[in-house]
This record gives sequence, structure tokens and C-alpha cells, in this order.
Amino acid sequence: MRGGRLELQGLRRTFGGVVATDNVSLDFAAGTLSAIIGPNGAGKTTLFHLISGRTKPTAGRVLLDGQDITGLDRQDIVRRGIGRAFQVANLFPSFTVAESLAAAILTHEGRTASLFRAFPPPDIAARAAEVMELCGLADLADVLAKHLSHGDQKLLDIALALALDPKVLLLDEPTAGMGPEERWRMIERVHRLWEARRMTLVFIEHDMDIVFRIAETVRVLRYGSVLAQGTPEEVRRNPAVIEAYLGAEHALEGGAA
Amino acid sequence: MRTTLSWRGDMLVAALAFAALAVPAFALGMQSVLDFAVRFAIFGLLAMSLNLLIGTTGLVSFGHAAFFGSGAYAFGLLMQSGGWSVPMAILAAMAFTALLALVIGALCVRLSEIYFAFLTLAFQMLIHSIVISWVSLTGGDQGLMGGVPKPPFLGIDLGDGRHLAMFSAFCLLASVVALRQIVRSPFGAALRMLRDNPERAAFLGMSIFRYRLAAFVIAGTFAGLAGVLMSLYVSGAFPTFLYWTTSGEAIFMIMLGGITVFLGPLVGTAIFLVLNDRITNITEHHGLVMGSILLVLVLGLRKGLLDYIVDAWRERREKRA
Repeated sequence: MRGGRLELQGLRRTFGGVVATDNVSLDFAAGTLSAIIGPNGAGKTTLFHLISGRTKPTAGRVLLDGQDITGLDRQDIVRRGIGRAFQVANLFPSFTVAESLAAAILTHEGRTASLFRAFPPPDIAARAAEVMELCGLADLADVLAKHLSHGDQKLLDIALALALDPKVLLLDEPTAGMGPEERWRMIERVHRLWEARRMTLVFIEHDMDIVFRIAETVRVLRYGSVLAQGTPEEVRRNPAVIEAYLGAEHALEGGAA
Repeated sequence: MRTTLSWRGDMLVAALAFAALAVPAFALGMQSVLDFAVRFAIFGLLAMSLNLLIGTTGLVSFGHAAFFGSGAYAFGLLMQSGGWSVPMAILAAMAFTALLALVIGALCVRLSEIYFAFLTLAFQMLIHSIVISWVSLTGGDQGLMGGVPKPPFLGIDLGDGRHLAMFSAFCLLASVVALRQIVRSPFGAALRMLRDNPERAAFLGMSIFRYRLAAFVIAGTFAGLAGVLMSLYVSGAFPTFLYWTTSGEAIFMIMLGGITVFLGPLVGTAIFLVLNDRITNITEHHGLVMGSILLVLVLGLRKGLLDYIVDAWRERREKRA
């Protein structure tokens, strides 16, 4: 319902002689939960940069609900409904959790030009509180972002993107740098968020157990191009993927759960 | 910065401060005290306006005195031309500096950090050179001579030292209330987001350019007002007003007082002016002594005085809790 359809058509990006993204065509249906996997240097984060407008593609198109958004400024792309969280938490260190979220919502609504009100306006503060509740950050409302634990910083980072009520949410390794238990807590939260909001969610992840547990579809990148895609089952059975990346441990035939 | 006082509360505090200043100023009328009050208002306003850029927005400008000086020259020239009342000339001078800041800012704020700092410095030197060489208008090296007429308005005669002191104090207080409201409005929150993390602010949909430019123009306008007061105080305008050393002094004041706490720059201004006066009385090597004191303060505290005190106080309170 809330989600938007994200289509990538023949995306290509070169840095000097290096091809970081090579003719990537992917289709993310509205409201789906997809994972992007691939070895280090496969171009996963670059792909997010291309979608979110941080880097301009050398060739190809990005479509949101059929509209071409290729090459727009990052703030225009955000306004169109593509939100993004970062691999390394990307926060406002001197803002509390509540202030960060209120600031994000205000910015998104273009209401930061107001000089005569106090920050945050009550209606915005109430909505920030909703997002905190949804993300499980309510207890930390008055803690400065720089004083949060690593896991909570990542969570706030996701909450910032979520506060904009995006149609498409891109999460770059939401569990990076976390211990095994914390990872599962985090990914369950992400899953619950997706169930609650039903935006189109795309996340990059290294932990295959997590990917195969929650993703509806999996896209595998290698050397900047699409190696395989399909349901977790299909991807696990794909010989090219097994050979290139997964190893026997995660293949169904290998007997791992 | 997180207090429960609204802007109405701020106005009340400012009004009380004004009354508290006015009574002794008129009762005593000591010239040295009045002089200090005017200078404190002028440089306090300059430092406060610069801190909107440095402390709030994270833009370190080395060319802030360009707007200070431009305000002084614009006001002085308007008054000398005759036909302008003081309040109208003040507004016109502020509008002029706002416009100048808009043009210079549009060219500077796209650049990041060190390039921004250098380009603001370069524009300041450019304006300084124009003022020096346009002798027929500005008086060149000599400055704007012949005095600045100050026809009385609304019963205020700025030729009277007491009136000027109170008027300066009023301008400072009104500006401080306005700046404080700016800092804690949604707009101020946007500026702080740009200071903390411009990239993320852009990813939330903010135009970095527009907000930095708006901050630059606002800061420039208040610096222009400080320049107007300077022009009233010395009854003229001189090229040193827009020389880089004046920008440097403003940065010193901010560093002394602190950039995080809102009133830090005012504390820094007071320290700077008192030190400056004392040292000039004692020795002719006043730059050397001043520099050493600043060095010790900066290396010893590693932050401005008010920042240091507030941080220490918070830590103590947290330990007790």
C-alpha cells in the first residue's frame, strides 16, 4: 500500500577505469522486502549511492513508481520518497534522539524556514515520539546521539530515514559491527518496522542466516553486476552463487539449516 | 540552551538587564564606564553575530569584518549626505550589508571549510582595497573624516555619551534576543544540523546552500548593525574596521568565551576588552602579552571560558545524580 516500486534499468557507473556498477537492472515491487548480497567490493553500497543521488550514474535509469528520478539532487530524491540509512551511523551528534527525529521530520516537510516558533513544534514532537515508539527508542528520547551505544546509533540512523515515511527505504548493513545476539534483535526490529509500514525495503547484509530468514527476494551482486536473483531458495540452489560466494555451508544440498 | 524560557521570557530578562544598566549609567555618567559599555555592545554584537556562523552553523568565516566595516561606512556616508534620519540610515545600512552578504555568501557558502574560510578572507581584502582606493567616496587611508552628524530622534541624542551608551546597549540586547530566538527556532535547528552533519541533512531533504546562505546573510546584517554603532561611536569610519585583524579579534573573542554556550561570545568580548585595556596601559608590546594570555587560556582550558564552566558544572551535577 505505502510502498513504491523501484526499478533500475541498465545502471552503470565507472570511476576512472574501474567499473563499480555494470549494467544493473533490478525491479523491486512495491511493498517487498529484498536483500542485496555480494562479496566485498561487489558494488552494493555504490548501488545505494546511485539510487539515492549521492553519486550520479554514468548510464542507465532509476525509476520510482514509473517516474524517472535519475540524476536528481539527493534532497529531491528524498522528497520523492526514497529514504536511506547508512553503513556507519550518520547522525547529528549534538541532538538528542527526540530532537534528531523532530529535526528530520521538520526538514522533510520543508518547515525549517520558520523563525518565530520554538523547536520542536508540538505536532512534530508528537510524531517524533511515534517513530521512537515504533523503533523502540522511546526510553532514550533525551540522550544525545553521540552518547548512544553503537547499536542504538544504528537504530537511530534507521529511525531518521523512517521518520520521513519513505516509499522506499534503503538500509546499508543495518547489523554492521554488532554481536550475534544484537544482530538478531536489530533485524527483528527492521522486520517489524516493515510489517508495520509496508514500505519497499531493500537492505544490504553480509550475514546469510539473516538474509535467508527474512528476505522475500535476494539479489546477488558480483563485480558490479547482477549474478543472480530470486527467492532465498532459488538463490541458494543457484550453482553460480554457490561457487562464487556462498560456499557449501549455505547451500540447501549442504544440509545447513 | 535547553531552558524553559520562551522568547517572551528572554525579552523580560533583556528589559530587566537594560533597566539595571540604565540606572547606574545615568546616575554615574562616568565617561570611562560609558565608553566601555559602547565598545562592549559593538564588539559583543560583532562576536555574537559571527558565532551564529561559527558556533551554530559550523561555518568558520575569516571575513566577517567586511560586513562590520561596510555597515559603518554605509551609515557614515548616508548621514554625511544629509536628509537621512538616524533610524532610517541604520535600517538602510543594515539592508546594504544584508545585500552585500547575499552576494558574497552566494559565492562562498558552496565551498567547504578551508576554502570557505579563505574565500571569505579574500572578499574582505577585496572590499578593504576598494575602500582604500576609492578616495573620493571613502576618504581612502584617512577614513571617513569630518564627523558623522547625529540629529536627535524620538528624544534620543546620540551625541550625548549616556544616550549613545544606552542606545548601544539597547541594540545589543534586542539583537541578542533576536539571535537567541533564531538559534532555537526550527530554522536554528536546521543550522545546527548543518553544523553537525551536512551530508545527512541533505539526505533528509535540506538544501545546504540555502540555509548556509541565510545564516550568512543574517550574521552579516547583525555585523552591519555593530558597524553602525562603531560609526556612531567614533563619528567616522576607518579602513581598519574591515581589515582582517578585526575579523581575527572577533574570532579571538569567541574562542575566549566559548562557542557552544549561547552567551559565550559576550563573555569573551568582556575578557578581551578588559585585557586589551589593561595591557595597553602597562606595556607597548601589547600584542605579545595578549597573545601569550590567549595561548595559555586556549591550551589550558581547550575551550572557551563559558563552555568550560558550563561543562564542568554539568559534570558535577551528573556525578551527584
